[in-house]
Amino acid sequence: MDSTAQSMTGDRIACRATGVRANAAGACIALLRRDFVLAWRRRGELFLPLLYAVIVTALFPFALGPDPELLARIAGGVLLVIVVLAMLPALESMFRADLDDGTLEQWLLAPQPLALLALTRVIAHWLTTVLPLIIVMPLLGALMNLPVKVLPVLIVTLLLATPLLVLLGAVLSALAAGARRSGILLALMLLPLAVPVVIFAAGAIAGAQSGMPYIAPLTWLAAALVMAIVLAPLACAAALRIAVES
Amino acid sequence: MSRSYLPHWMHWLGSPPNFYRFAGTLRPWLMALALASAAIGLYGGLVLAPPDYQQGDAYRIIFIHVPSAWMSLFIYATMAVAGLIALVWRVKLAEVIAMECAPTGAAFTFITLATGSLWGKPMWGTWWTWDARLTSELVLLFLYLGVIGLCNAFEDRRRGARAASLLALVGIVNLPIVHYSVQWWNTLHQGTTVDFLDPARSSIAAPMLWPLLVMALATHLYFFASILGRARTGLLSLESGKQWVRTLVDGQPAPTMEAPT
Amino acid sequence: MAHWLAMGGYAIYVWPAYAVFLAVLAWDWFAPALRRRRITRELRGRLARERTRNARTERAEAST
Repeated sequence: MDSTAQSMTGDRIACRATGVRANAAGACIALLRRDFVLAWRRRGELFLPLLYAVIVTALFPFALGPDPELLARIAGGVLLVIVVLAMLPALESMFRADLDDGTLEQWLLAPQPLALLALTRVIAHWLTTVLPLIIVMPLLGALMNLPVKVLPVLIVTLLLATPLLVLLGAVLSALAAGARRSGILLALMLLPLAVPVVIFAAGAIAGAQSGMPYIAPLTWLAAALVMAIVLAPLACAAALRIAVES
Repeated sequence: MSRSYLPHWMHWLGSPPNFYRFAGTLRPWLMALALASAAIGLYGGLVLAPPDYQQGDAYRIIFIHVPSAWMSLFIYATMAVAGLIALVWRVKLAEVIAMECAPTGAAFTFITLATGSLWGKPMWGTWWTWDARLTSELVLLFLYLGVIGLCNAFEDRRRGARAASLLALVGIVNLPIVHYSVQWWNTLHQGTTVDFLDPARSSIAAPMLWPLLVMALATHLYFFASILGRARTGLLSLESGKQWVRTLVDGQPAPTMEAPT
Repeated sequence: MAHWLAMGGYAIYVWPAYAVFLAVLAWDWFAPALRRRRITRELRGRLARERTRNARTERAEAST
């Protein structure tokens, strides 16, 4: 109930802004502002993925023993997987609230292309739920005894891999938005799409860790990100149409 | 909706009652052919074909493993094509076929993984390895399960079918990417043993090759028979409110008065 | 025959593989048949209920 009221205020902000500038950029900015306002009002929830990541990271040394060399060797891969897992719960609710309160129908009616609005939502989602995870990476790295020279590579890898995963997740989230329940379903659908991303991200991190060149997997990730920025919003728009139309 | 460029018989077949009857007549024949060719193929593979000089008799798993692996990909392609038709033209029959492909495809993928595992143990000494083809096949199984799960998660069956069709199309883009990325990462699987484009390069002898191809034919025929049966059932449940289903089910004309529901 | 069944010592791998193949395909073949029987039974019940309801309303209309 609280969230509906909040999202209505957000919509009013969006309406005011679009009224002033009814062009695509204006709509995107209004949408971003709305999402930030909503995220800020529920800022408690933003800490949950962070808390999850910290707890899981803290569990690894307990489970594997505090041997610093072992931890240093597996740190990169473990942190990568933890980030992917911490992203999952938030992905599910990416479009759910907007479908329930009718905002998505307004998106379909809006003069701006649906794919552009979906891309804006992806950007807002990444900035509010995933970026904090990357910001705390030095802390998590310290917990896992990550070698200092690997940390910058890990962060660059995550900066390329997580937007890619959010773009893919947005398509799946839009597909599952109209379903009764998704939960574990989203993880099942994301796994096949996440495999290549995780492989290349882990390849870059492993390369940095063993002193091998790591530019090639990073370029592959960047290329995939560019492709996904173009294609994923289109697929996402098609999925949203299926979710809204009956 | 402009589908006028389609030949007349496709229109005729696209109508659920017509398809239902047509599939019902065709299905037993396809299954009979499938069983006959499977009998020939298995006799050739299990009895006539000589043991392999390297792998002994263990290689005989090939006669079900490789056809199942081909089927797992063939069915996925069929599902994606039917899904594309369902998304673009909203043909009800295409939606049903796309969704009914998924369980059979998952079944063949599971067979591929299980028989591959049983073959890998004596040959490589391990049940499982993270090689490109095994991993792609596992990812394929997850794709099938995702399609089935997504389709069943919707109240509205037709909307579920369309959403799952889109997922199938996303998956078909993903599958080669998975294959090549895992190949880049790690590889052990034996090379392709059958090369259709250049038979001279095929590393398999003729007494072993023909049962394999006959088994491939049998699994294809089986799939066609199975999908026709599944599509019939799917249509029956999707169209359960329609007159033709009512007449079909109880053999007498349905009540004229509309039910209050 | 026993020699053939032994599969050159690989019997414990070859025959389970064929068993999996047959079992899974048998499931694939019979599952829709069972589902179809359930659908038909439900539909038949629904139609029967509708018919009795219609007959009752007709009788009620005739008596008034």
